[in-house]
Amino acid sequence: MFFPRFLGMPNIGSMRPFEELNRMRKQMDRIMDSLMDAKAQGLQSGVFPAINLTEDDNHFYLRAELPGIKADDLDIQATGRNITIVGERKLDTEDAAAKYHRREREGGRFSRAVAMPKEIDADRVEARMQNGVLTLKVPKSESAKPRRIAIGS
Amino acid sequence: MTTNAQKEMTVKEKQEVTAPAEQTRPGAVFVPSVDIFETDKQITLLADLPGVASETLTIDLRDNILTLSGEVKPFEGADERDLLIEYEVGKYYRQFTLSDVINQNKIDAQLKDGVLRLTLPKVEKAKPRTITVSAG
Repeated sequence: MFFPRFLGMPNIGSMRPFEELNRMRKQMDRIMDSLMDAKAQGLQSGVFPAINLTEDDNHFYLRAELPGIKADDLDIQATGRNITIVGERKLDTEDAAAKYHRREREGGRFSRAVAMPKEIDADRVEARMQNGVLTLKVPKSESAKPRRIAIGS
Repeated sequence: MTTNAQKEMTVKEKQEVTAPAEQTRPGAVFVPSVDIFETDKQITLLADLPGVASETLTIDLRDNILTLSGEVKPFEGADERDLLIEYEVGKYYRQFTLSDVINQNKIDAQLKDGVLRLTLPKVEKAKPRTITVSAG
């Protein structure tokens, strides 16, 4: 056989030279498929609530839409660089005789943990609830803040 | 709501409006989730409008069509950089057709914690009335 010797392959695989390639192709297909799926679903983790995380030089800002949730029903904790939001959305019990035409809003319990990308100052996290949007202002720890380096002449 | 209390909440992807009219301003428009229920006296509408302030919410009623439209300001400051974006913000827009049964002068709207509660009282004549027959 010409191919195996030329490529320096051991003789054992020589009977099926394309088997390995086929296997790789299948693996690639699987990876591509999973990437496509992830794209179709957006970058959602699927855990309620959906969050948006942004940063500026001194703070991280974590925001979540939590309409109808009172501050009392939320428990926010910061440990290390993790922030956990636990709560429950209670929908008011309406008149038992009421006849529903639409019922799209949902209630229930939720919990979510988010790891901040850098060290945070867990003692000085500020939380604010406004118009049903929770905003957490998380100060970065001193070591995580960017520093401007002066160039000596 | 005992059944609800046990349930874990899941993320519902925001539903975009399928063009009621051509948009002239850029930005996404979403359909808010609503509950609508009816009792003998009134119809109540609850809508989830997170991020909408009472000044930016417009409730418009004309020709028996009730239009809810709420603006949401972009959430982030100018010097913030995005790290993880799981939800988008945009306008909320939804229309409902009302019947003549509603007393359109007495509609009451309250916005609290991002939830709109709209009370639509029925007119007197539409309320069901039981007529007692007296034996004579």
